[in-house]
Amino acid sequence: MNSTVSFFYFLSFLTILSAVMVVVSRNPIHSVLYLILAFFTLSGHYILLNAQFLAAVNIIVYAGAIMVLFLFVIMFLNMKQDNEEAKTNIAKIAATIVGGTVFVILFGAYRKSAIPAFNPENFDSQVGMIENLGHILFREYLLPFELASILLLVAMVGAVMLGKREIGERHF
Amino acid sequence: MTEKALIPFTLIIFLLLVPGFVVIGVYLERKVSAFIQDRMGPMEVGKWGVLQLFADLLKLLQKEDIVPKAADKWLFLIAPFVIFVAVFAGFAVVPLAPDLAGSGAAVGVFFLLTIVSVDVVGLLMAGWGSNNKFALFGAMRAVAQIVSYEIPLGLSILCVVMLTQTLDLQAISFQQGIYAVDPVYLFEMKQFGLDISAIGGFLSWNIVRNPFLLIAYVIFFIASLAECNRAPFDLPEGESELVAGFHTEYSGMRWAIFMLSEYGMMLLVSLLGAILFLGSWNTPFPNIGPLRLADWTSGEPGTWFGYLSGAFWLLGKAVFGVLVQMWARWTLPRLRVDQLMYLGWKVLTPVGLVLFFICGVWRLIGI
Repeated sequence: MNSTVSFFYFLSFLTILSAVMVVVSRNPIHSVLYLILAFFTLSGHYILLNAQFLAAVNIIVYAGAIMVLFLFVIMFLNMKQDNEEAKTNIAKIAATIVGGTVFVILFGAYRKSAIPAFNPENFDSQVGMIENLGHILFREYLLPFELASILLLVAMVGAVMLGKREIGERHF
Repeated sequence: MTEKALIPFTLIIFLLLVPGFVVIGVYLERKVSAFIQDRMGPMEVGKWGVLQLFADLLKLLQKEDIVPKAADKWLFLIAPFVIFVAVFAGFAVVPLAPDLAGSGAAVGVFFLLTIVSVDVVGLLMAGWGSNNKFALFGAMRAVAQIVSYEIPLGLSILCVVMLTQTLDLQAISFQQGIYAVDPVYLFEMKQFGLDISAIGGFLSWNIVRNPFLLIAYVIFFIASLAECNRAPFDLPEGESELVAGFHTEYSGMRWAIFMLSEYGMMLLVSLLGAILFLGSWNTPFPNIGPLRLADWTSGEPGTWFGYLSGAFWLLGKAVFGVLVQMWARWTLPRLRVDQLMYLGWKVLTPVGLVLFFICGVWRLIGI
């Protein structure tokens, strides 16, 4: 087994372990930290696939911003009490149904999907690099890309507008 | 020697450089603050107090490593190391001299931005794990601050990336001097036809190639101050309100590691600023006719003189950046939380967006 394959198995083990720990751990903060670890190991997978840009963006977006917001939400939960109402039978049944449905969907998608074969002789290892990604995004997917960027820009400007000073309000 | 053979050397260099910089940095900070406040600073231990930090370190080593009873033990114990590992990993992509860089990652700039995000996780672990209201307040402020200031930081970095057309820090460094692969034009305007590839010096630095990057550098500098929790943005550890913020409960060596990471982060963002805006390892002196100042003060890539002069210029610029950070710390009062958010969202972000647009137009006119 060469080092890339063994590293792949190590990363996959860590990913699945941390993903399981997200669900299993009792403390929500520990769950979130395990989730961040899961995102990190996924970034490791991206690096193994020679997609450095995606790896970096994955950490910036998920491990950074979303996790942080998630942590804020969790901090507003009251963690001192044991949330007994969350463990009622109805919640358990609902969770089982939702989880089972997701599993069925994933399994169906997996069975229907054809994994494209690749030829190692003429496979371009640079396909995940930022230049190639840029070429694809700005040629084939220009319109969706621009729409998404406008959406994000509007969200950012909206945040600034929400904080705008109202008439008569003091500056500080 | 090929570049590959030098990678272990860079690791050793940075392993020695970062703690060495902390020793110098803490002493420098105390002396600079003393100078600004018209005091003497540490004078007792050794000549001019140069051994003060070693005395402090000895004291910290002897201290008991206290873990509060109600703390989340593992988070509390791991947090300082998460922060330190995150900051130290950032040095992996920093090019120290021509042909002397740890990792040639093609996304070096973005990698450094991720470092900042990882740093936040460590801060939250420390603040939440301490089970202390001041620590939690400090951590929450740190998170809010770092997430907000990542936007202007990213925008100012993108302005540079638009000019350089690469995310590789070593490639960005090569573009800004006499060893550039492609011809460098004055103000990056090709139609003027002023090829300054052979002149080099400060004329080929990014802030001169596109003068608007000077404003971007100011934004970068302010945002980087906020990212390393330095005054006037040191709300996460605001002594007057939060005791010591997120590291209130820490003592001894674990506290020292927080200190180490803070100074390491200062050096890291200063290095990044120097690489992106101030010409990286290139000399500031241009070649003027027969006066070959640029050739004399920077060696060919791959030679010993090249390594030494490159490291000298880069570290010199970084230390200059650190000194300005210290100057800001001891001159400006701390901002309030709402003022901090006002500055980040309503001043720096719009200015950054406008600059981003201007830099795009500049690039379009130039080519």
